[in-house]
Amino acid sequence: MGNVLELADVRKSFRLGFIPKTKEVLKGVSFSVAEGEIFGYLGPNGAGKTSTIKCVLGLIFPDAGTISLFGRSPLDPRSKDKVGFLPENPYFYDYLTGREFLDFYAQLFRVEKAERAGRIDRLLKLVDLERAADLQLRKFSRGMLQRVGLAQALINEPEFVILDEPLGGLDPLGRKEIRDIILGLRDAGRTVLFTSHILQDIEMICDHVAIIVGGRVLNQGCLSDLVSEKVLFTEITVSGVDDESLAAFGECVQVREGRTLLKVFDETNVQPVLDLVRERGGRIHALIPRTQTLEDIFVDTVTNQ
Amino acid sequence: MTISVIARNTFKEAVRDRALYLLLFFSALSIALARVLAVLTVGDRVKVVKDVGLASISFFGALIAILIGTGLVYKEIEKRTIFTLISKPIRRAEFLLGKFLGLVLTLAVMVWAMTLVYLAVVFLHTFKIEGRMVLAVFFIFLELILLTAVAVLFSCFSTPILSSLFALSFYLIGHFSWSLKTLIKKTPPGLGRTLLRAVYAILPDLENFNIKAEVVQNLPLPGGLWLGAVAYSAVYTAFVLLLAVWIFRRRDFI
Repeated sequence: MGNVLELADVRKSFRLGFIPKTKEVLKGVSFSVAEGEIFGYLGPNGAGKTSTIKCVLGLIFPDAGTISLFGRSPLDPRSKDKVGFLPENPYFYDYLTGREFLDFYAQLFRVEKAERAGRIDRLLKLVDLERAADLQLRKFSRGMLQRVGLAQALINEPEFVILDEPLGGLDPLGRKEIRDIILGLRDAGRTVLFTSHILQDIEMICDHVAIIVGGRVLNQGCLSDLVSEKVLFTEITVSGVDDESLAAFGECVQVREGRTLLKVFDETNVQPVLDLVRERGGRIHALIPRTQTLEDIFVDTVTNQ
Repeated sequence: MTISVIARNTFKEAVRDRALYLLLFFSALSIALARVLAVLTVGDRVKVVKDVGLASISFFGALIAILIGTGLVYKEIEKRTIFTLISKPIRRAEFLLGKFLGLVLTLAVMVWAMTLVYLAVVFLHTFKIEGRMVLAVFFIFLELILLTAVAVLFSCFSTPILSSLFALSFYLIGHFSWSLKTLIKKTPPGLGRTLLRAVYAILPDLENFNIKAEVVQNLPLPGGLWLGAVAYSAVYTAFVLLLAVWIFRRRDFI
């Protein structure tokens, strides 16, 4: 499978302020998105995620570096024909109804009139906005705007979907629905690039991730390669055993209402703790092995920077 | 195709804005008030009705062109609606031309509505309608097309308030630049006259679109006048739009 998107050493700086000062927002960003994968683009606020996406979509022009979208320039309408995009905090024409809004974007993609109505109905159903189809967007809630924004990103049945913070502003149920739609897109052979602050969501559905900090991609790769399956430590919550005895096996982190949270770093110490509790007539309330998460990698990457 | 989709959407946006109907109401009121003014005037009352009516169409048309035109592109950038548009397979020039044509279409409808009120008021006063009055309105419309292009140009890089000031300055300069002709005649040949000629060539001369006096006073109109006005409007509008596209194509949408 080839790459849908390739960025090589992309740099961008802005001159901002009354007395213009140059601020470098992208300092040589390089990564590629392969066909058919879900690619997560992570980074703290102001790291350069949205600027990267804007370069890819031709909204801003990079100072240096190359971007290839379907093997062509990102400004080429032929490559844009295959792309769907949902911006962060989407703002749309609020004087249009949901249906008119989608019809407008379908026309920009030259979708035939005969096909437009059916496609719009399907998308409204997909994002659960059938009942709001004839409501003006100014009456939509933030979550509804996010959903109709996702529908417009899919109006051209794109091969590559770019979603900037698609899960922002949604309730847990709404987030799950959007996650399912993204997974459905991958199952249909589409490629998805999305940014999110919610690491759990990225961990749940992404195949590859790239972490950008301060305008540089510091860590990237296959999620299964980045996140180790190795158990870092085990958290055991016990009662009925004194802290001094437990401290021999690990670190007593918290004592509350007669319960002690013990952090056991050596896996071989877990069984002796269980034996001790049984021996003293105590009780085990929880035993959770902690593996490395994407959050750990993210925090490590940002902290090291 | 893409241009017409954006133009129709711009038209839809304008006609769903209540401010437009407010302007239409006041323009109709102003045209109708010409009849009241005529009653209070000593002299040729028909001329007053015709003159005030045409002036109202020109003034309110310019107001619509400036007020809507100066926010046309800026609002798209400020509200970030431009992000989803430019990411679609459309060229920036197509977007800009679509916005421009959408407003020209809105102006055409508005000017036509004002003209109907105007003709009705004149008809109630004189019981006849002259084709020359419609020609005068056509000339006003040509001027409004140029003014819209100027408003769109400023909207590409400036806030609506500043753009409105710039566009208003263009409008005022355009209506007074003809006085440079007199100055050129009175200046002795040399560098001064050449410079003045250059300034006059660059500055717009919107009096090219003003045939109100001829229409109101029933004066003869030179042959081919409309052709000259159409050509002047077309060339100047094309130049301003090209400049707008040149600026817009280089813009970063932060």
